[in-house]
Amino acid sequence: MAEVKVAEPKESIFTFGKAERKLVTDPLNDNNPITVQVLGICSALAVTTLLNKAIVMAIAVTFVTAFSNLFTSMLRTGIPKQVRMIVQLVIIATLVTIVELTLKAVNYPIYKELSVFIGLIITNCIVMGRLEAYAMANNPWKSFLDGIGNGLGYGIILIIVAAIRELFGKGSLLDFKIIGPTADYVLNTSEISWLGWYANNNLMVLFPSAMFVIGIVIWVHRAWNKKLVDIS
Amino acid sequence: MHNTNYIIRFVLIMTVIVAFVLSMMYTGLKSVHQTNEAVYNKKAILSAVAAQLGKNISKLSNAEVENIFNTQIEQKVLDMSGNELTPEQIKSATGGVASTADKIDMGKEMKKPEADRLLPLYIFKASDGKVYNIISVRGKGLWDEIWGNVALESDWKTIAGVSFDHKGETPGLGAEIKDNPTWVSQFTGKKIYADDGSFTSVRIIKSGAKDPVHEVDGISGATITANGVDEMLERGLKYYEPYIMKNKKS
Repeated sequence: MAEVKVAEPKESIFTFGKAERKLVTDPLNDNNPITVQVLGICSALAVTTLLNKAIVMAIAVTFVTAFSNLFTSMLRTGIPKQVRMIVQLVIIATLVTIVELTLKAVNYPIYKELSVFIGLIITNCIVMGRLEAYAMANNPWKSFLDGIGNGLGYGIILIIVAAIRELFGKGSLLDFKIIGPTADYVLNTSEISWLGWYANNNLMVLFPSAMFVIGIVIWVHRAWNKKLVDIS
Repeated sequence: MHNTNYIIRFVLIMTVIVAFVLSMMYTGLKSVHQTNEAVYNKKAILSAVAAQLGKNISKLSNAEVENIFNTQIEQKVLDMSGNELTPEQIKSATGGVASTADKIDMGKEMKKPEADRLLPLYIFKASDGKVYNIISVRGKGLWDEIWGNVALESDWKTIAGVSFDHKGETPGLGAEIKDNPTWVSQFTGKKIYADDGSFTSVRIIKSGAKDPVHEVDGISGATITANGVDEMLERGLKYYEPYIMKNKKS
């Protein structure tokens, strides 16, 4: 009976080596949830009209993916397989409600602008997808990093799309006027300011433009990252 | 495989923990939420007299907003026939919810029959001694509700400033009623009474305003929202007419 005393695999929990770094950086590029997996499109279409909305949304989703991954992973051996989806949803819904209550207390105007879309993070496929695919099978620390990575991967595309839409749709970034005529453009005056030849493209603030812009972002991403092109 | 007993226990315990955490958080933050909401609504009212106040409304702190409301604004509530209501009457009309104008929920008032609606009125005393009367209007835009505050000069005839807000108008199009300061500033100086003393409202003209006293330009691409503002102003301003008639210096 010599092999009774099996040594526990000695592994520090909070390492941040190459594998862990890959968990965070992979979703930003090679395995981006929006441009590669094409998940979470619905909110990417809805909240990308203005840059400040997209930034708040990116932070909120990163928080939710990170902590729902963490909690699900901590409970993964205890969650009964028959009701795992419901348990995951409860965890997600709780975190989203926490985000919503906090945002309402911290910045009420932004909360008013995002309105239902914060609540709709619950239905964001990225969150549920990461819980099923990663957190149910990996340790809490890795799952947490995976959640951060996927939240940021989602957020970075959201911010790129919102920057393009706000710049060409309203001529501003973060409400700071960059191109096009001043606020007078909406009237029938011929007010001219610097770079005033640019007429705001109203299509950019409507939902269809988010589709085009995301499509173009996916195209550019695949052209730039050769790993994404199917060899077959 | 877990047995049914375990599953039920797991789900029950999880639900209790989650419910406890969320209700604690909700109760803890409730007062902050209420303050935020009240300040948000008060800022909307102050936006109508932003020029007279000489301050950037969105940068005001909560305490500054409360201070302006306490020292420079007098609140009144009117009924549809132009009578001022006492705090007791307001309480009984709103079921104990409100006793001052800023607590009145305009969305709820819109659902009442027209004759029973309450009308908030804010009397703003600027630092130069001038008095402005701010009234609230509410209507429908393209997608959802729109509302606004109109500041009238002490002659009850000339518009000193307006502010609009909306629930879900399209950004860049209908949402310009809130976001575009140039469009909003067109209303300043317009008159809601014709020279012969009859009520005319301010019209929003799609093809461009021709009458410099009673008309403003529409927003291209947002005809329905602009029509909603037009309808809201005409109906909303008319609600206050009985009171204006009693108070106007001829």
